[in-house]
Amino acid sequence: MTQPASEPEMLSGGEMLIRSLKDQGVKYLYGYPGGAVLHIYDAIHKQSDVQHILVRHEQAATHMADAYARATGKAGVVLVTSGPGATNAITGIATAYMDSIPMVVITGQVMSHLIGGDAFQETDMMGLSRPVVKHNISVRDPKEIPNIVKKAFYIAESGRPGPVVIDVPKDMTMPNEKFPYEYPDRIKMRSYNPVKKGHSGQIRKAVSTLLQAKRPIIYTGGGVILGKASKELTHLAQQLNYPVTNTLMGLGAYPGTDRQFVGMLGMHGSYEANMTMHHADVILAIGARFDDRVTNNPAKFCPDATIIHIDIDPASISKIVTADIPIVGPVKPVLKEMLEQIDQAKIKVDEEALGLWWEQIDEWRQRHGGRYRTDDADRMKPQHVIETLCKVTRGDAYICSDVGQHQMFAAQYYQYNKPNRWINSGGLGTMGFGLPAAMGVQLNFPDADVVCVTGEGSIQMNIQELSTCKQYGLPVKILCLNNGYLGMVRQWQDMNYESRYSNSYMDSLPDFCALAESYGHVGIKIEHASELEAKLEEAMSIRDKAVFIDVLIDPDEHVYPMQVPGGAINDMFLSKTERT
Amino acid sequence: MRHIISVLMENEAGALARVVGLFAQRGYNIESLNVAPTEDATLSRLTLVTKGEDKVIEQITKHLNKLIEVVKLVDLTEGEHIERELMMIKVRATGAQREEVKRTCDIFRGQIIDVTPTTYTIQVTGNEDKVNAFLDALSGATIMEVARTGVSGVARGDKSLSL
Repeated sequence: MTQPASEPEMLSGGEMLIRSLKDQGVKYLYGYPGGAVLHIYDAIHKQSDVQHILVRHEQAATHMADAYARATGKAGVVLVTSGPGATNAITGIATAYMDSIPMVVITGQVMSHLIGGDAFQETDMMGLSRPVVKHNISVRDPKEIPNIVKKAFYIAESGRPGPVVIDVPKDMTMPNEKFPYEYPDRIKMRSYNPVKKGHSGQIRKAVSTLLQAKRPIIYTGGGVILGKASKELTHLAQQLNYPVTNTLMGLGAYPGTDRQFVGMLGMHGSYEANMTMHHADVILAIGARFDDRVTNNPAKFCPDATIIHIDIDPASISKIVTADIPIVGPVKPVLKEMLEQIDQAKIKVDEEALGLWWEQIDEWRQRHGGRYRTDDADRMKPQHVIETLCKVTRGDAYICSDVGQHQMFAAQYYQYNKPNRWINSGGLGTMGFGLPAAMGVQLNFPDADVVCVTGEGSIQMNIQELSTCKQYGLPVKILCLNNGYLGMVRQWQDMNYESRYSNSYMDSLPDFCALAESYGHVGIKIEHASELEAKLEEAMSIRDKAVFIDVLIDPDEHVYPMQVPGGAINDMFLSKTERT
Repeated sequence: MRHIISVLMENEAGALARVVGLFAQRGYNIESLNVAPTEDATLSRLTLVTKGEDKVIEQITKHLNKLIEVVKLVDLTEGEHIERELMMIKVRATGAQREEVKRTCDIFRGQIIDVTPTTYTIQVTGNEDKVNAFLDALSGATIMEVARTGVSGVARGDKSLSL
């Protein structure tokens, strides 16, 4: 007997979970099996719409999903088992949370009746994850699964995005217990209604202040990228001819090669960006949260500036630095409304003041402008390596960074002209992020140049993923700036601990090229600056295999500029011997 | 400085933990807290007393509002409001003390809700100050046990915290 079409299909909890992901449009699921999720894994086996990517450590699954989200704006999806599977995922969940990245993490849980009894592989994932998720949901009835999945995606992707955990006790997925399946079109929640537009009155005030500025700057963060407002930002900045600075999370939102771009600001920001900020009379902050790595000492932050702050999250406004004109709303519609109002405004930009301001900014550019030491030419400079990478990839690669000095060099010396191309763990600073992130991007953009910029410290935190890389044939390029030290730690020890290198030396490093080759990848070692460009070209030309590029760089190099602790945003060390 | 924040939230497992966790994670302080379902069984009302500078209180209300299960909240201390707390206090009541405790209880319009030959259990309601004053007034007696509900409150007049 055939079922009438109106009858919903009968599926088990495990099957509903996977079908819901399919109906949500999920293509890849990153994860690792275990006891509590075996029913779900069996449901995965019975279909081919949602492809599971088997990592070697759960943390890598979260970073892969996270990087997919950073590159596309859509939530990445993770599936791990209970207990150690769940705890291993925590670092990746926290990484996504700190950078407001949408992600749905499904964690197995022991049988409902065993919860609270210290069962095998039981851990309280609801409690553990609570401080590092946007929301978490425990499944208590299998029938609820489609709704819960829809809700998880809705919460993860809307408003200020973030990770959502769904904790699934094993008995919610029993293969023999079938329920009618229907995936909801939309979710409505009385307790969660993200703001859709900014307050017009506030926007009018902001526009008027902005147009009367004599020394303006536009300071933008990850919110512009998450809010897909790069075009509007560029339009606004170019219409006004105001300087733009991006935070570490905001790089690429405004074209890095444009004349109006003054570089990244903050702890390792450019001299001109930090100077421009400090002397500004009006700061338009967009989707940025005045992080301590930006402001330095908040009490000394930009003393003359009237601050306009656009953010979707009211809690980010006036948290560290009081906003004079707060605008709560998604950046895209707010910027569109600002552009309309600017068109109609009676006040015009003060061209004379702006001309003087640009003169001043250009003078600052002349003074420092991202220079680094080149007189000791026998040593390869990490800055030069990144500049060469930028040249070889025409500034168009996805750069997935690990955490440390190499991350700062990759932020400073690669010029990002598009959003979603610079992928790094900004807020949490998670070493081990880079390789799985690059794999997540490469999987979803098979033809793109994807480079993991890393160091010999960071890469070893998730180096087991070279195996995953092989299994799925992901031709990522791993550019390891190898200086034999935990470079950023060493830099701080040089500057603050009289060069006492407590545990920052990396002894017993493997031969990375041989290691990569043992996994079936290609290894390329670069020891001299003279061979750098040719070998990078060679590495980038390999399209079907992952390449480990081990670059031996100057171990003494520091990241500059670097803010002086406790100072204003423009109090900087400019080199080992100069400070502002 | 002192604020009474009332929160309407989904009556779901884990919602309370989110509120308490938020205060612990962000280093905000809770002086008292109570929570119970409302006339609508799908909603709980949580009332807490906290202290902090305006900037901190602003962050507290913003972060509470961000919690997915929080439907609505009000800072009662921003307007005219009524607040009450209930305290049960068990005191040793023997000899001359027995009469003295009873007198003090009457002055504060407390009720003796349980009696033994040697103890009184007294119920007092009022705002936090009154309840504290009653505790002070009993300082001469031997207090065996104190149970306080924490402050609850509503806005005066037409205003209400409801959907």
